[in-house]
Amino acid sequence: MTALLDVESLLVNICADLSEHLALNHIDSPCVIGIRTGGVWLADHIHKKLGLSEPFGELDISFYRDDFTRIGLNPTVKPSSLPFETEGRDIVLIDDVVMSGRTIRAAMNELFDYGRPASITLVSLIDLNGRELPIQPDIVGQKMTLNDNQQIKLKGPEKLELEVTEK
Amino acid sequence: MTQSKEPDHLQLNSQGRLRHFLTLDGLDRATLTEILDTADSFIEVGKRSIKNVPLLRGKTVVNLFFEASTRTRSTFELAAKRLSADVLNLNISTSATSKGESLSDTLQNLEAMASDMFVVRHSQSGAPHFIAESVTPNVSIINAGDGRHAHPTQAMLDMLTIRQHKGSFEGLKVAIVGDILHSRVARSQIRALNTLGVSEVRVIAPNTLLPVDIESLGATVYSTMKQGLDGVDVVIMLRLQKERMEGALLPSEHEFYELYGLTTEKLKYAKPDAIVMHPGPINRGVEIESAVADGPQSVILNQVTNGIAVRMAVMSMAMSGQTAAISAAASE
Repeated sequence: MTALLDVESLLVNICADLSEHLALNHIDSPCVIGIRTGGVWLADHIHKKLGLSEPFGELDISFYRDDFTRIGLNPTVKPSSLPFETEGRDIVLIDDVVMSGRTIRAAMNELFDYGRPASITLVSLIDLNGRELPIQPDIVGQKMTLNDNQQIKLKGPEKLELEVTEK
Repeated sequence: MTQSKEPDHLQLNSQGRLRHFLTLDGLDRATLTEILDTADSFIEVGKRSIKNVPLLRGKTVVNLFFEASTRTRSTFELAAKRLSADVLNLNISTSATSKGESLSDTLQNLEAMASDMFVVRHSQSGAPHFIAESVTPNVSIINAGDGRHAHPTQAMLDMLTIRQHKGSFEGLKVAIVGDILHSRVARSQIRALNTLGVSEVRVIAPNTLLPVDIESLGATVYSTMKQGLDGVDVVIMLRLQKERMEGALLPSEHEFYELYGLTTEKLKYAKPDAIVMHPGPINRGVEIESAVADGPQSVILNQVTNGIAVRMAVMSMAMSGQTAAISAAASE
């Protein structure tokens, strides 16, 4: 087990890139939403670094997973919490790792059940190889390639650490 | 039909996950808590402008009601639709079987329509169990009330309501009042309350409305409201099931109300923050005074709302358990 990357410095870069992205696209009032669990920890940090006053939202995509009939419901599912209207809003959607793209698809399906956002900007701490759907993050902390026998996990929430472990 | 005591082998798959939902007998605290936690999550779905999630998209749920019901059938229908399932409502007492078709023929026809789940209500105890043994592995059975045996989803929505208002089950004293004899709800409630760890379950009823084996289920019998309600946290009133009564079990409704009806005065025996529940439909002035049913301690309408969330939880868990069971069988 190895602590691999300095999450804090990745977050500094992400916030700089995200601020630039929002300015370029004339988005001055974004609403931040993290995908449970790691995405919510990151959303908390990014939300503070951007100095946004509106609280951030938490999305649990358990009810929208496309593999529900294979793996069943996550018994620790908690309701999503979006303390704002999403209709017509510019959303910054945050996850810790993007790999197949299926979690992001599920998250977007769920978001559209709350309303039609004006835009969604996807932020990911880590972008792994293994994409199965044509979904790409707009802002990435670090692109990585793992061996078949490796997996990566964000640990938190007090101190965020990325760990690569052998399966 | 016989009543099953411990049908774990039938309602749990090889991984111990729910596959049918027939009774609370044999289900452990972890499983009941998982149902409550999952239902909690579905409550949020009911508050959205779009109240559907896609978990049962493409699945067909048949509400197979051999006994009349409006409220339970409606909440099962809404639950299935909120899970994006296709729903077929069949009132069997007025359709196929009245034309001479046997139960087996009816079930085989419904299976041939590629149904994935039957929600079964039947006046005979054990009927859903019997059906679960007969159907192919591609169908899950949910018990929506069978005879005097069980009404597990009603009990679980009651448990969800209690947990919402009391936080946990530890240390709670719960009184169940009225027609215990004819109540499948009471049996399931007693089972659930004991499994979830309340400190005491009391039943309050005249002897004529008590089953002989009630104490073996884990309940203490009280014959007066004053003693039975003393210091309880939860009061569950039951409907007087006059349609099931054979012979003179009660001198009169008026006398029953005098002795066992929940009035504002009698409610004072319970703790000041006690909640009042009723599975409905309410007989006002027979089991409960209107001022109590509509009063600040009543959580009766919360029970109705929770009914949809609990049924969504049970249906989605059983469907996922069914698919896992089929996958496991295919890979053997």
